[in-house]
Amino acid sequence: MVYKIILGIGLTITIIAGLSFPMVEIPRFWYEMPIVPGLEDKARIIFFHVPTAWVSVIAFISSLYFGIKYLRNSEYTNDIKSVTAASLGFLFCILATITGAIWAKFSWGTYWNWDPRQTSIFILLLIYGAYFALRSSIENEEKKATLSAVYSIIAGLTVPFFIFIMPRIVASLHPDPIINPQAKIHMNPTMLIIFLLSLIGFTGIYIWMFTLKVKFSILNYSKKMKEQE
Amino acid sequence: MRKYIIPIFAIFQKDFKSELRTRYALNALAMFVVTTISIILFAIANETPSYEILAGILWIIIFFSAMSGMARTFVSEEEKNTVMTLHTITTPVTVYFGKFLFNLILLIVINSFSIILYMLLMPNFEIKSPDIFIVTLALGTFGLASTSTIIAAIIAKSNTKGTLYPVLSFPILLPLLLVVIKATKLALEGEIFSKALPDFQVMLAYFVVITAGSYLLFDYIWKD
Amino acid sequence: MLRVEAINIKKNFGNRKIFSNINFTLDSKNVLGITGKNGSGKSTLVKIIAGIISATNGEVKYFIDQKHIEQPEIYKYYGFVSPYLQLYEEFSAFENLELISKIRNIMIDENRILSLLERFGLLDRKDDYVREYSSGMKQRLKYAAALYHKPDLLILDEPRSNLDSDGIRIVYDIIQEHKEKGSIIIATNDLEDIQLCNNIIDLNRIPK
Repeated sequence: MVYKIILGIGLTITIIAGLSFPMVEIPRFWYEMPIVPGLEDKARIIFFHVPTAWVSVIAFISSLYFGIKYLRNSEYTNDIKSVTAASLGFLFCILATITGAIWAKFSWGTYWNWDPRQTSIFILLLIYGAYFALRSSIENEEKKATLSAVYSIIAGLTVPFFIFIMPRIVASLHPDPIINPQAKIHMNPTMLIIFLLSLIGFTGIYIWMFTLKVKFSILNYSKKMKEQE
Repeated sequence: MRKYIIPIFAIFQKDFKSELRTRYALNALAMFVVTTISIILFAIANETPSYEILAGILWIIIFFSAMSGMARTFVSEEEKNTVMTLHTITTPVTVYFGKFLFNLILLIVINSFSIILYMLLMPNFEIKSPDIFIVTLALGTFGLASTSTIIAAIIAKSNTKGTLYPVLSFPILLPLLLVVIKATKLALEGEIFSKALPDFQVMLAYFVVITAGSYLLFDYIWKD
Repeated sequence: MLRVEAINIKKNFGNRKIFSNINFTLDSKNVLGITGKNGSGKSTLVKIIAGIISATNGEVKYFIDQKHIEQPEIYKYYGFVSPYLQLYEEFSAFENLELISKIRNIMIDENRILSLLERFGLLDRKDDYVREYSSGMKQRLKYAAALYHKPDLLILDEPRSNLDSDGIRIVYDIIQEHKEKGSIIIATNDLEDIQLCNNIIDLNRIPK
């Protein structure tokens, strides 16, 4: 309970700070952020867009993790966790795609230009889409759980290839705040703290939604079990 | 070694003989390639397509012909209810590699056909570096056969087999397709062999990784 | 000597419980009967024993002279006959047996194939495609396929389905012969079949 209140207040403050703290040439006060050349106020998207993309990746990995666990012990709760992670991941993935596209419209002039980052997130969307299409076309619950776990593992196997191939195919214009040490966006401490808080906040929301939905699904499942008897 | 090779080859032989008798896949696939190439020819009319587009179209044809033919091996076992029979006479690994072998041969046949047709009919399609082209084609075919076999095993258990197949395969095949298209373009441009080497490494690694994964996961798919 | 042990087998389909607490030990020269009403899970249990589907809990172990056989290898030790098992319709009876022998990695023994086909009265139709066979003939061919590799264990699900009186007599002869050296599992509700068994699992009497 306490954790949820802290999360709610913290994230609200982070969002307000991210949107309202002024961006100036040379930051002098604690609440001032530096101007990012070429991006200006558009740089603020980093506080919302990056966390959603981050969560969708976390969700993909945890779905994969619970899928593997399911294959090992065929415990239905693992399948519930796996599919819950995937559905939340899908949601955040759509959010990341949309926020990214809007930002791209204002920075690059088009919503979509097959930038490597856009391509990667598009592939993640495709994988999620395929995963749910597969699930809905199998009736047997166990088979559904097993096959979707197998599919997400195979999909996971291809991820390293994208990381290797993408830069070789097209050069990216995408700002590279965390992965690249020579970041195009130079964050001052204020910006960094807001960014990290937002990252933590979004992850917290994901965990909250995840546990809630898992609890709900398990209750639903045991209700069905009782009806059977 | 013989212990594994003979049963794998027996599974392959069974599918091959069955294919020769019924001609379920081959005739339809050949017609599929002919129709697709003629549609493309109508669409480009008298234009001279760039190398990039030529390479892309070639692999689109190969991808979709694979998607319409490769699922057959598993789906037919499922339809004829012979999956259980196979369970009682051999191991899952044998089935997987037998089916992989069959898909590989089928893909080699159909790809050779597509490429001969493509070379004869497409304007501006001249392979200036045959070495790059042949290696790309070989490694691409292996990777494609590997992925399409494991995904076919998955969709054979589902209710919407045909539609689901390309949907599930595409995201998995995308890294391979991107690389083979790029390497095909290099072959058309007449680049030297070493320029395509990194791409070949990716293709080889892709094949090895997907095949190893399939080998480990096939048990779960195969068992009901 | 083959020994089959089932330890605490339990099977659920989704949230439907089929059975649980199935325990048995089957040694050579014994016949185990599995009975139960339609839908009680006879075929499911038989499939679990054959390793075709996996149990929700528990396991079935095969031992040859006390040596444990790994799960993927158990198919070598049994012959399985059931109405839902299909052979390849686009091949002839002879080709089917030849094929099974190759897939099993056993030397093709033409004389054995021919004598099995003769025993089941299929010799004069050996080169006809299986799709042209009647359901009774298909069932006979399944017996030939299950016996070809001389298994220690025979698993028969509904042994008399689709067979005429002549066919049933052949099957009974086979069962009597096999009992002398190997073991048999029969899933059936037929009283005459049950009389062959010296141990019976009634799925309706086992608490879920």
